[in-house]
Amino acid sequence: MALETPIVEMRGISKRFGELQALADVDLTVHRGDIHALVGENGAGKTTLMNILYGLYRADAGTTRIRGNEARIAGPRDAIHLGIGMIHQHFMLVPPLTVAENVVLGDERGGPLLDRRGIEARVSELEARFGIRADPSAKIEDVPFGVQQRVEILKVLYRGSEILIFDEPTAVLTPQEVDDLFQIVRTLRGEGKTVILITHKLREVMAVSDHVTVLREGRNAAQLVTTRTTPAQIAVAMVGRELREIAARSGTPGDVVLEVSGLTAPSDRGGPALKGIDLGVRAGEIVGLAGVGGNGQSELAQCILGLRDASAGVIRVGGVDVAHDDPHRTRRRGVAYVPEDRRVEGLVLPFSVAENFILGKQDRAPYARRGILRADAIRREGARLATEFDVRPADPDIEVGSLSGGNQQKVVLGRELSESPKLIVANQPTRGLDIAATEYVHERLLDQRSRGCAILLISSELDEIRDLSDRIAVMFEGRILAVLPASEATEDRLGLLMAGHVEAVGERSGTSPA
Amino acid sequence: MDVLIGAGVLAATIRLATPVALAALGGVVTERSGVVNIALEGCMLVGAFFGVFAADRTGSLPAAIAAAVVAGILLAAVHALAAITFRADQIVSGMALNILALGLTSYLDYQLYSTTGTPSTIPLVPNVHLGFLENAPVLGGAIGDQSAIVWATLAIVVLLQLFLFRTVPGLRLRSVGEHPRAADTLGIDVRRTRYWAVLASGALAALGGVYLSLSVAGSFSDNMTNGRGFIGLAAMIFGRWTPVGALGAALVFGYGDALSVSLQGVKVAGVEFPVQLLSTIPYLLTVLAVAGFVGRSRMPAADGQPYESEGH
Repeated sequence: MALETPIVEMRGISKRFGELQALADVDLTVHRGDIHALVGENGAGKTTLMNILYGLYRADAGTTRIRGNEARIAGPRDAIHLGIGMIHQHFMLVPPLTVAENVVLGDERGGPLLDRRGIEARVSELEARFGIRADPSAKIEDVPFGVQQRVEILKVLYRGSEILIFDEPTAVLTPQEVDDLFQIVRTLRGEGKTVILITHKLREVMAVSDHVTVLREGRNAAQLVTTRTTPAQIAVAMVGRELREIAARSGTPGDVVLEVSGLTAPSDRGGPALKGIDLGVRAGEIVGLAGVGGNGQSELAQCILGLRDASAGVIRVGGVDVAHDDPHRTRRRGVAYVPEDRRVEGLVLPFSVAENFILGKQDRAPYARRGILRADAIRREGARLATEFDVRPADPDIEVGSLSGGNQQKVVLGRELSESPKLIVANQPTRGLDIAATEYVHERLLDQRSRGCAILLISSELDEIRDLSDRIAVMFEGRILAVLPASEATEDRLGLLMAGHVEAVGERSGTSPA
Repeated sequence: MDVLIGAGVLAATIRLATPVALAALGGVVTERSGVVNIALEGCMLVGAFFGVFAADRTGSLPAAIAAAVVAGILLAAVHALAAITFRADQIVSGMALNILALGLTSYLDYQLYSTTGTPSTIPLVPNVHLGFLENAPVLGGAIGDQSAIVWATLAIVVLLQLFLFRTVPGLRLRSVGEHPRAADTLGIDVRRTRYWAVLASGALAALGGVYLSLSVAGSFSDNMTNGRGFIGLAAMIFGRWTPVGALGAALVFGYGDALSVSLQGVKVAGVEFPVQLLSTIPYLLTVLAVAGFVGRSRMPAADGQPYESEGH
């Protein structure tokens, strides 16, 4: 192994974007047939390094050798020619076209007429060889994310790639889909392909990789062999310090703050999204809502906030029925909302940090007087919250869209948590965030719990749910299958419930809400 | 009955539908590639004028049609430059070009033909006489004596439908209109594809203009397209961005127009039929189609959005 020429060898790679030194003298060595994890916090330079390998960026300094030969990669075309393929984080698929059409697009072969059968046969053959399952004639818009990702993999394989770069491939996948993906990745390795996996999830690194390269702030932080390291060791290399333990919970829950009973609501497509939800959350309690995405969690959050009309049922916050309130009134009753997609629902990206902090309060003193916005009051509050919530840079005038994901989420938290809410509905609050930012969000939520706030935490990250929650409710197809105390919610048990297996939990399935 | 489905009404339907259909086909091509081209109205107008102008100067029908199509392509090229290369707002660019086309053709018409009107001796597009239909009831009167451009339009509909959905370049064109970045990463030239599509749309609309001036009217008059390019865009939407659908929608619109003529003065239960209201039906249908009440109408995902490749 040691004597074999590495298939990818990058030496002394540096890259600067304006003021920012994105990469400084970084090395990366990947061996043939390896699953190599490239890990680091957001902004550590992982994606920049891979974009250089794929020809999207040009390095300022350093050399890249592929199979021992120095390579000049000026664009994706050169990369593809060298057998390098990239599975992008944001899928590059055309929704109304079929799986097979997406795979062959741009390299259709066989004349100007579209030979649908021939194309589908070729794609089926490819699928059989690599153990990838996807109906070649299905339209992309009709298949789930997990299948869409397989199509991205097929696209790269179809073009004969030997080195496959996966850019944070699990961000949008359900736990089951992650398992399927890793199975595919292992098959690829078995077929002699080399895989580079960009990620910041330690669980994935440990589960699937052979070697690990850790970057921190644009430099090499560690090069490790997976079997001879621990998640803690990798985390320390990524973050540059020991992680803080999640504080043990203190105090007992108080009165019921959120009470949902018999709630039904339609989905966007017309069918029912919620089929009779009963759930309670007490003051000083975090209830985790686990489930595979799309089983009604987001619709439940929207109903509580008044963003979606319930067709039946009651939603009480502090004893008052809010089922028919609009979001403005619901918020005035002390309900805070951390939405699923901060870039679309949580923030107005072209607005400044200060303006985003006061969204929803803009009609109130001191931010407005007689319908006129008070710029100085808004700025002052913006500066205060930016400091309090550790937004970097702490500049109230900067455009929110230019901040990193973690800092954007701090702006959302600053707006939502600064007025001491009674209830927080947090939907995927750490999606896409790195370890340090995730830690920050968790600490803020736990602070709120200690203060006596009731929190409904929706997350597809089981670790997050289990670490933070006092009780865990599992949703499946618009119903809550069970509510378990955190101490009884093992990963296996939750996993079975999330897949809809009620009997596995037996008596518990009928557990009534608090 | 004759005022509803008589040969006269059907023939008029086809006549009124043809220019709308050609504009709609242009709309389908350009919007499937992701560029909104409301300058189709202007393309149609310059086509109508330069067809007559070239017919007058050269006396040759092929030269007249070629000149008209080139004029439509040139106007569309300005739109392509603004919309694709300079990523300008496509509605603003299209509207500006419509005003330009109106001003230019009116000015030239006034300068060249103000005293005499456009000459009556110019060569016109011939009709196709289907002798074997001469004695067929209704059908003979409806399609037995239509312009060659009507038949050409029918052929274009079929060819365009096959092109978009059964060929590799058609697949690529649609992918560019739906997800240009995906197409770009696969080595498909987004800009070039869109240029071709916009130019083709100009040519198709110009042919619709030729039909108006060199087939129906035999002359040019100011603003003779009178919004048919826009109606074509409505037909494109109603026809769900497919050539066959666009033709169907154009026929529906044409039928509505034809009825509003044939029902003129007809009394129902002693009250004169409100033909003006009747002619609003196609537009009501369009609004309903856009609002999603009549079938599922979905525009190409990247329609109207400028594309910037990832530079560095």
